[in-house]
Amino acid sequence: MVEHTMLMTAARSTAPELRPLLSVRNLRKYFPVRSDRLMGPRLLVQAVDDVSFTITAGETLGIVGESGCGKSTTARLLMHLIAPDAGEVWLGGKRLGGSGGFTLRELRRNMQMVFQDSYASLNPRLSVRDSIAFGPRAHGVPAEKARAKARELLGLVGLDPGQFSRRYPHELSGGQRQRVNLARALALDPKLEILDEAVSALDKSIEAQVLNLLMDLKRELGLTYLFISHDLNVVQYVSDHVLVMYLGKVVELGTVDDIYHRPRHPYTRALLASRPSMDPEARIDRSPLTGDPPNPINPPSGCRFRTRCAFAEAVCEKVEPALTVCSAASGHAVACHMHIDRSGHSRHG
Amino acid sequence: MKTVETEKITLAFGAAGGQPTAVEIPVGAVIQRTYWHNVWRRVSRDPFTVACALVLTVVAAAALFAPWLGLPEPTLTNSANRLLPVGSPGHLLGTDELGRDMFSRLIYGGRLSLMMGILPVLVALLVGGTLGLIAGFVGGRVNMLIMRITDVFYAFPSILLAVAIAGSLGAGIGNALLAITIVFIPPLTRVTESVTTQVRAMDFVEAARASGAGTFTIIRIHVLGNVLGPIFVYATVLISVSIVISAGLSFIGLGASPPDAEWGLMLNTLREAIFLAPLNSVLPGFMIFIASMCFNLISDGLRSAMDVRL
Repeated sequence: MVEHTMLMTAARSTAPELRPLLSVRNLRKYFPVRSDRLMGPRLLVQAVDDVSFTITAGETLGIVGESGCGKSTTARLLMHLIAPDAGEVWLGGKRLGGSGGFTLRELRRNMQMVFQDSYASLNPRLSVRDSIAFGPRAHGVPAEKARAKARELLGLVGLDPGQFSRRYPHELSGGQRQRVNLARALALDPKLEILDEAVSALDKSIEAQVLNLLMDLKRELGLTYLFISHDLNVVQYVSDHVLVMYLGKVVELGTVDDIYHRPRHPYTRALLASRPSMDPEARIDRSPLTGDPPNPINPPSGCRFRTRCAFAEAVCEKVEPALTVCSAASGHAVACHMHIDRSGHSRHG
Repeated sequence: MKTVETEKITLAFGAAGGQPTAVEIPVGAVIQRTYWHNVWRRVSRDPFTVACALVLTVVAAAALFAPWLGLPEPTLTNSANRLLPVGSPGHLLGTDELGRDMFSRLIYGGRLSLMMGILPVLVALLVGGTLGLIAGFVGGRVNMLIMRITDVFYAFPSILLAVAIAGSLGAGIGNALLAITIVFIPPLTRVTESVTTQVRAMDFVEAARASGAGTFTIIRIHVLGNVLGPIFVYATVLISVSIVISAGLSFIGLGASPPDAEWGLMLNTLREAIFLAPLNSVLPGFMIFIASMCFNLISDGLRSAMDVRL
């Protein structure tokens, strides 16, 4: 834990360049699902609804939330592995699509992704070297150069190229496989890495190793991370900014300091309170949050969190709270009526 | 890949005489194999598969080179020597109901029978495999269209369908081949589709898409390699089915026609002699059994050899 804190300060002290690398505006995806009845109405799962955020070059944005809140869908929408229903993606000041914008191919070259399942995300029939070299090969790099690149990247992620480049995924351990996935995601020299639960499936000790590798790579290669995880401690360790999602909506967005030390939204507070603590005195006696998230097919009216919120009032049912900046200095924003002036909620703060 | 022999680990053992024995183990000289090398190595260590492959090779080679083997003419009749028993001088496996040499006819029969076993499967593999790959990878309405059409063919048992098609086209080897091909396209489409759908949903295909590669590159590198194994295994089973069906078609007069040598047809013409020369009559059936059994066992061997996780 001590080591974590030390590394954390070290990581944050590197001065980030202050220009937005990725800017996402009003991203939306509704999945149609089959109705129970034959001629029933078409139902929609509101997986990601009106999500907007920016990531500054060189920083790490963490996305947290319960399972099913739309974290992974957001990642896949950004990569356009799933086509979004609405929304804009801007990368380095240029918009995807349209005239003057960049193509999907260019977007995918600049943005790469590491998946949670290290085994399923490697082709079992390809050697490690060929898996890593696939991206550059697909972008027209000659075979020899792509292989040299693969060897170089293997060294970069801490795997001896002589020993590992001709191995197959089933001959590697989970941590080694995730290092290969990382190398593969770096093969196109991207600016932004999306890490979708990239360390969640690893053993704790391996997880720490891979996290430290991630931090090193970020520093050496000047990368920007979008770090998706359900593990609040890990997100606190790696992130500069944190985005909290609930049922496809952004409920709170702020610096890691704001979110972890001055959380505003009742959901964020509940999430943080549910963290297991190393301190036996700080044992959790009561469950801070009860029940499951409501069905995203038919989300609650107004504020989506109101069904599980201890402070819900009439206004929460009627009006949907907009994401509102509550601290201009740090850019801390929250979507809760208790923090919106004259919202009609009896409590404030 | 050249092997590295620079580093070595030296292990010392205390031998019986008190003298330590040193054993040098080279490090880094691991022989790296590709996937197909591994499959080949496993197949070649499986005695059943190797035996079956040998038997089939001998039968196929004999059939292929039959005209140069100095065998008696397979269509040469000799009414004086009808139904000679197995082991007769000059006729190793006896003669059939028209006095033709059985051994020669069995060897020559392999040409038609094996061809009718393999050719329809190859063509159906090409057509059905392509359809299944498209249906599985594109998904949606295209999948719906292709798969529902193949479902129609599933309404009939395969032998019945082959008989119906061959019957409506008329007797003859060409029509029998066509009928069997049509019968095999739906199952191959379905197997390919189901494997492709599974592979397409895997993260490594997503990752390949995320790297900006084109659809054809993804199919060629990531999908095909993972789909071909199971399809080859299934196709090998179909060869044995194809041999049986084509023999059946010839038996009922829809395939090869006399005086051609073909195992199914021979079985038919010899069936009246089953009480006079039982051994002669079952010989063509034995050949059908051996050939289809061998393809079946090879398919089994391939399946276990191709399992990456073993």
